[in-house]
Amino acid sequence: MPEKKEYKVIGTRPIRHDGVDKVTGRALYGADFHTAGLLHGRVLRSPHAHARILSIDTSRAEAYPGVKAIVTAKDLPDAADKVADLGEGAVHLKYLCDNILASDKALYKGHAIAAVAATNAHIAEEACALIDVAYEVLPPVLEVRQAMEPAAPLLHETLKTGSLGETAEEPSNVASHLQHKKGDIEAGFAEADVIIEREFVTGTVHQGYIEPHNATALYNPDGQLTVWCSTQGAFTVREQLTEILQYPISKIKVVPMEIGGGFGGKINVYVEPVAALLAKKTGKPVKVLMNRADVFEGTGPTPASFIRVKMGATKDGKLTAAQTHLAFEAGAYPGSPVGAGAMCIFAPYDIANVLIDGYDVVVNKPKSAPYRAPGATNAAFGSETVIDELAKELNIDALEFRIMNGAKEGVKRADGPVFPRIGFIESVEAAKQHPHYTSPNGKKHHGRGVASGFWFNIGLASSVSISVNPDGTINLVEGSTDIGGTRASIAMQAAEVLGIPAESVNPSVVDTNSVGYTAVTGGSRTTFATGYAAYEAAQDVKRQLIARAAKLWEVDEEDVQFADGEFSCINGKEAQLSFHDLSARLGETGGPVVGSAAVNPPGAGGAFATHIVDLEVDEDTGKVQILRYTATQDAGKAIHPSYVEGQIQGGVVQGIGWALNEEYIYNAEGTMTNASFLDYRIPTCLDLPMIDTVIVEVPNPGHPYGVRGVGEVPIVPPPAAIANAIYDAIGIRMTELPMSPDRMLKAMGKI
Amino acid sequence: MADKKQSPKENAAEKPGKTTISRRNFLKGVGTGTVAAAVAPTVLIGAEKAAEAQMGEAITSATIQLNINAKTYEVEVEPRTTLLTVLRDGIDTRGNHVDLTGAKLICDRGECGGCTVMVDGTSVYACMMLAIDAQGKQITTVEGLAEGDTLHPVQEAFIQHDALMCGFCTPGFVVSAASLLSENKKPTLEEIKMGLSGNTCRCGTYPFIFDAVKTAARKM
Repeated sequence: MPEKKEYKVIGTRPIRHDGVDKVTGRALYGADFHTAGLLHGRVLRSPHAHARILSIDTSRAEAYPGVKAIVTAKDLPDAADKVADLGEGAVHLKYLCDNILASDKALYKGHAIAAVAATNAHIAEEACALIDVAYEVLPPVLEVRQAMEPAAPLLHETLKTGSLGETAEEPSNVASHLQHKKGDIEAGFAEADVIIEREFVTGTVHQGYIEPHNATALYNPDGQLTVWCSTQGAFTVREQLTEILQYPISKIKVVPMEIGGGFGGKINVYVEPVAALLAKKTGKPVKVLMNRADVFEGTGPTPASFIRVKMGATKDGKLTAAQTHLAFEAGAYPGSPVGAGAMCIFAPYDIANVLIDGYDVVVNKPKSAPYRAPGATNAAFGSETVIDELAKELNIDALEFRIMNGAKEGVKRADGPVFPRIGFIESVEAAKQHPHYTSPNGKKHHGRGVASGFWFNIGLASSVSISVNPDGTINLVEGSTDIGGTRASIAMQAAEVLGIPAESVNPSVVDTNSVGYTAVTGGSRTTFATGYAAYEAAQDVKRQLIARAAKLWEVDEEDVQFADGEFSCINGKEAQLSFHDLSARLGETGGPVVGSAAVNPPGAGGAFATHIVDLEVDEDTGKVQILRYTATQDAGKAIHPSYVEGQIQGGVVQGIGWALNEEYIYNAEGTMTNASFLDYRIPTCLDLPMIDTVIVEVPNPGHPYGVRGVGEVPIVPPPAAIANAIYDAIGIRMTELPMSPDRMLKAMGKI
Repeated sequence: MADKKQSPKENAAEKPGKTTISRRNFLKGVGTGTVAAAVAPTVLIGAEKAAEAQMGEAITSATIQLNINAKTYEVEVEPRTTLLTVLRDGIDTRGNHVDLTGAKLICDRGECGGCTVMVDGTSVYACMMLAIDAQGKQITTVEGLAEGDTLHPVQEAFIQHDALMCGFCTPGFVVSAASLLSENKKPTLEEIKMGLSGNTCRCGTYPFIFDAVKTAARKM
């Protein structure tokens, strides 16, 4: 159970260890990496959304001065029917390899076809234009409902729907069908006095990290492959490389550079294997950078979806039944986050009868990648809008309705797990009592909306080692790439154990040869799981230092106590040493002290959030302006409150972008027509009000300090909260994302 | 994007200087190869008539001097070389890397502000300025803001307010904020938002960035 004591470091706001590096421009991100003899790689991408590749002729490009090597799918090992194990479920190796370099078919505009290494990036780009590819262009499938039609063109002739353990006879674009059942859905709706059923459509959006993907690879003559890249997880890059290249894991070292945002999109590899192939062919280090259009067209967006939600409640406000049909676009290869959406959609509520059907559907768009609480935002847009409509219909305050039906400890989710102690009700109560919610709201065309969200968070493996320096500081070595301040939030957990200030910890994020296995920075797991490992490694250090003090004082270890950074003798002998002073005496007591821990904690503890938004609808232009925003969230225990606030604000900003502006706009040929930051508009300073945050702390019983992951859940409520506020403002239910000015004007009947 | 991010007026080519190359003659080099022309920025192609590009003495590369962070760099550039390319990938004539990678290559077309530097005190997208146009001007990158070990007040305030998450857009924001405060000592919140509207942060740290700029303004 979490410790019930006052903390010295946890809950404070020390400055980040990497602050100076990052404000002075010294921090080195993947593209900033230089090494002697560097060649530059460039990827040729398909101009067609769906085409058979008939032939690839590289001879003209090979003859171009400055070109050193060209690779195509033929340079990848034969994937055949092999299955790749990436630690998080089996994947068809062919799908994995084909997404790196297409072998038989190009399945989206921007699909990588070939790559060139040359003496500079311009030459590589020029040579790409000299590669002759013959295509048989096929009709593209660009929308999930269209893709599910029996007559739809097939992306994969061999893909057959896996449904509840059975495999269909005929090929289809539906990769899989999942179902979660609880209670008796028919009986549940029969009990209801009010039933609302609505359909929702969400657009394709991108994670939108500012830093484009990058990788530099080098093969040594001894076969050692080193890859420098910006990634959410160096170890997952290593796993993917070993599968895709069919190369021994012990011969691959991945060096994580600083990373310029990921939000889920920098877990899958794209240019890393390409750089490795080019490096092998040339014997030189090769750097491959994406440009902005490559990122939009060639990397994982989060999927568009079609969602049907039906919910029923009694007239005294009890939810009796909830049903949903979730159809998610996987992109070119199976693997949409529909499973996660299905886990989250009704999770905030205690509903006796639930039926959830999810469909993973391939379409001619880039293979989808995780994006901050993947699947949950799409799902919540549907469910939280219907909840709002039910509350209005029943004339019950929308937050009160959530409290009346809110999930708490002991409630079983439709997908199986039983909640431990969670803080959903507390997050809603905090919103209900917030001055924002109790303030007046009644101007014309102004509206207020609320919505809640759930994300389950994940645990997974993390390793940390700590060495003690003679000046009373520690070096903390970790494998979690730091995307938003985790050097500090992990260091603080070790510092708390050892009774030293956060500033006395020197955290380092190191390569895959230098620390134990550590899963990705994703799933809101890093402060929870790597923090847990830091806590355990610090405990290891503490135990060893107690033994050293006992040796110095010639007493039993049981007679040494450690509290508040001081070792003291408790058998009557007068002896006391601070952590600092004992650190200086390691040489005389047996040598260096190194503590380590590898953990795989099961109790990640789910996160809940409730948001309130005020907005104004411009009746003439259809523009929605956010006026005020408040987000409450159960963080379990906020290690560094500024980072929790920052994560909440960041999630809200992305959620607002998703709700109001962001979408891939495709033409009939399947070309994204807005593959730039000018046309794919992410929120800037001018789009946002200040965002109030309220951190609720219901400690997670699965972590020594009660930490729950915080990074993902804040993106879940915004689209629904904004849609509910638009209804409040103008009396129209928006059921399509984004709620851009043109859709608003259409909904208002003005165009 | 904010209007203030327009490149300063192109007057470098007219200024005398021992390595100054005329922009007009230099651009003639662009048309010498069809492949090169196909991938060179369209703005360049459009700037000169194709016929003219075939005439006269085409220069395909030239050595120019740039003053970056109060230091003179002599670099060889092509007509299409942007200031950003020189900062990040440039090699001076003695073989030393310029290696100022604080300004980031992100969109390469003036959409995001991640490559913002100051040119003669005004914030400029380094991806939107040709290297040749930066001759004769004082270029300050994020690496040049601190004075020795003393950080610029904006840098201090960004750390203090934790106005960064991943930190990738941070150099651009820091330079934009420093430029804003050099022009407007006491900006209002609205002025801060306008001043930084040419920079994007996907981590959404805007509220902390506003706090940092306010704090820096008080200290400057």
